[in-house]
Amino acid sequence: MSVSAEPSGNGAAMSAPNSAAPPQTTGPMQKREARLAFSMLAPTFLIIFLIVLGPLLANFWISVKPVELGDLRAPTLLVNERVRGKPQAAGDPVTLQYRLRNSSQDYSIFEVSFTDTLPSDFKPTAWPEACSVDGTRLSCTLGDIPGKWRERLDIEGVAGAAFAEYRSQIKDTELVYTGEADNVLTNLDFTLDNFRRIFDADEFWSVLRVSFYYTVFGTAGALVLGLFAAQLLNTSFKGRGFLRGLFLFPYVSPVIAVAFTWLVLLDPFSGTVNALLTKMGVVSEPINFFGQRAIEFSLFGLPLEFPLALSTVIAFEAWRYFPLSFLFILARMQSISSDMYEAAEMDGATPLQQFRWISLPQLLGILSVLFLLRFIWTFNKFDDIFLLTGGNAGTRTLTVDVYEQGFALSNLGAGAAVAVVVFVVLVTFATLFIKFSAKEEGL
Amino acid sequence: MRLLNGFTLSAIAGAIWGAIAMLVIGVTLTLITGNVASPQVSMAAIVGGLTGLVAYWFQTPNLSLGQRAAAPLVCLFTLILLTFAHPFTLSLEVSTLWQLGGIAAFVVAVVWSCRATTYGLPRGELTRYEREMLYLRVAKGIGFVVFTIMVALPFYVMVMTSLKSQQSLLANPLDLSIDFAGGFYGLFRSYIELFTLFNFGDYLLTSAIVSVATVCLTLLFSVPGAYAVSRLKFPGRDWFSRSVLLIYMVPAIVLVIPLYAVFSQLGLRNSLVGLLIVYPATTIPVALYMLQGYFKGLPAELEEAGLMDGLSRIGVILKITLPLSLPALASVSLYVFMIAWNEFLFAFMFLDDPEIFTLSRGVVALNSSEVPRQHLMAGAVIATLPVLVIFLWFERFLVQGLTAGSVKG
Repeated sequence: MSVSAEPSGNGAAMSAPNSAAPPQTTGPMQKREARLAFSMLAPTFLIIFLIVLGPLLANFWISVKPVELGDLRAPTLLVNERVRGKPQAAGDPVTLQYRLRNSSQDYSIFEVSFTDTLPSDFKPTAWPEACSVDGTRLSCTLGDIPGKWRERLDIEGVAGAAFAEYRSQIKDTELVYTGEADNVLTNLDFTLDNFRRIFDADEFWSVLRVSFYYTVFGTAGALVLGLFAAQLLNTSFKGRGFLRGLFLFPYVSPVIAVAFTWLVLLDPFSGTVNALLTKMGVVSEPINFFGQRAIEFSLFGLPLEFPLALSTVIAFEAWRYFPLSFLFILARMQSISSDMYEAAEMDGATPLQQFRWISLPQLLGILSVLFLLRFIWTFNKFDDIFLLTGGNAGTRTLTVDVYEQGFALSNLGAGAAVAVVVFVVLVTFATLFIKFSAKEEGL
Repeated sequence: MRLLNGFTLSAIAGAIWGAIAMLVIGVTLTLITGNVASPQVSMAAIVGGLTGLVAYWFQTPNLSLGQRAAAPLVCLFTLILLTFAHPFTLSLEVSTLWQLGGIAAFVVAVVWSCRATTYGLPRGELTRYEREMLYLRVAKGIGFVVFTIMVALPFYVMVMTSLKSQQSLLANPLDLSIDFAGGFYGLFRSYIELFTLFNFGDYLLTSAIVSVATVCLTLLFSVPGAYAVSRLKFPGRDWFSRSVLLIYMVPAIVLVIPLYAVFSQLGLRNSLVGLLIVYPATTIPVALYMLQGYFKGLPAELEEAGLMDGLSRIGVILKITLPLSLPALASVSLYVFMIAWNEFLFAFMFLDDPEIFTLSRGVVALNSSEVPRQHLMAGAVIATLPVLVIFLWFERFLVQGLTAGSVKG
């Protein structure tokens, strides 16, 4: 395979008749190699298209559809069978009643029909036009039924000897129903209500602002902490391996474990931190770190607000993700050659000068890559805020809003609309980053 | 003489150490014994300052025994003098041993850090280099203390809370001591109840099955893919190998609504099969990216030799490439395992049936007002412990794999 060294895929335009030059077209071997490669990649392509790219596009579709969570269950015909009349002996009149209902309030079911088996010794005498009876077989054709539709079908007849068991007999026999309902996801009802709804809501802009603060400060916090931690562990000493392992704990632990631990730790009533602060007299009242939207204070007479819950959530984000930047920065620092520091030492550069003029420039590349990655991942983050505050107390970011609209308020369409906004913002970020950091070292 | 000379700076540094040591030891004492200490931080700062000066003065390498003992003695006596022998403002009757230990720890910590900060500095005037060195030592020391506490405290509280009983938690939230009075059962009661009443054994098993299956599926998909990207030529190869990581930038929350809708209609939602479709899809791109980087680093000549000797491509991959890339396979597997084990969002959205809860989902179900706190924390410990053990065991692999260019937020 590796025998063919010529560049592939240049097309026939380049092919020259001169037989001395290497062939420029794709040869059969390269074609075979490409086919092999594609067949090896095909499963990956397939699953990525189905589970990642497909849903991504489906969001746009769902966002312009009036879909509620309850609509996911396809509308169906609900049937309730019962025996009317009180036959005392064989030959008494009896009515078998079918109560029919469309399970959906809004959506029609088309070409509905059903068949059922009547009790064997029941003699039907009269039945609605929609139905026909053939021996013990009842079949009814109802046509199209709209949402909220209800109907009663009475099959009148004469009871046979086993009338006492009719009740259980008609319930036992399986009713076969056919009908086609529009799938709410695939029909062609479109609406812009979802977008109107999310953009008109007062909180939307505050949600956007909170997302932005969370992303910027969460990213910066994680990077700065990571930089400090890497500085600490860049010298070798006893116990360094232990500390490095310890510092990675927040990152490798499951998010549910650490989020709930923070909740317990900072609980206003039984949390360790609040108990410490109040008992030692630092604060007079326990602080509700995750429940209080803002602390008001004044600086030089200016009334200011400190967004407490949001800051706590940002602190959690920085705490949980500093290990990642710490690892990368440490790896980069250890690859800086010590010659430079020795030379600087000879020239009398102080430690801070060495950091500023040697380490920092060397770290700039990894710092910018980390910033980019962490920025996007922090923006994407859902679990942390959802578990800590559920998006209350002024911490609702766009990603939490997707859940809030789609599942808490049961409006899938609106949720998808927010998801579209998330995606658009993300693509905007990515484009900006690529535009402004084209020269930085890539991944 | 300048204001910031060796004496003032070592006194200030000593004061900082004194204050920090007193604060940390006081809080630790409170958490261990459950008796609320209010450490005398300002007095400790003075003690630290004096100790700093002494340690700065006596630091030439060959000291007599008396000179060497000067700093600890000064530290101990001034501490006792200034705080009237009550450094933690606790009566010496309560938990006497712990308090004595605390005082000893204070002396050792302050003397050691004062010596470490002033080590090698000349008496009197300092150059800019020497001053910055001292600042950095102080900053590093504070950094170690702050980072260690910041990281360790939540985990400590998690474990200790899970070992407490409801009454003692409500009575004194600061008491995080281990109470052996109840014996084994009393201590591990929350865990026993989780496994017997809350089905945590099943959750643990489900999580393990899902995670291992995710690892297998991911490797099954990504090994051929990574091999193709790193060894075979095909149009669009470079574009693909670069853009596969972009998949990783897609937020899971954006995928949730369509997947929820479609999986509900297909009947895949409340099932582990559904999870096993979604998890590999999110881990394959990163596994592929990590593996292709490693495959590219392997010498292609070995594989060519195999091909010449009549092995098929599959044979080459199985007999040459994979055995050579065991370290990479290990780190990818561990990484994927950790992602699947820790995954919360899809497990939360998809699973309704307590029979098939994963651990993450099971712990979330504990977060209600009816379930006591220590059960929640015990659940958190159960979820964390396996992944931490695996992480510590294979830390080297993981760190290499992570920094090799594949990361997950």
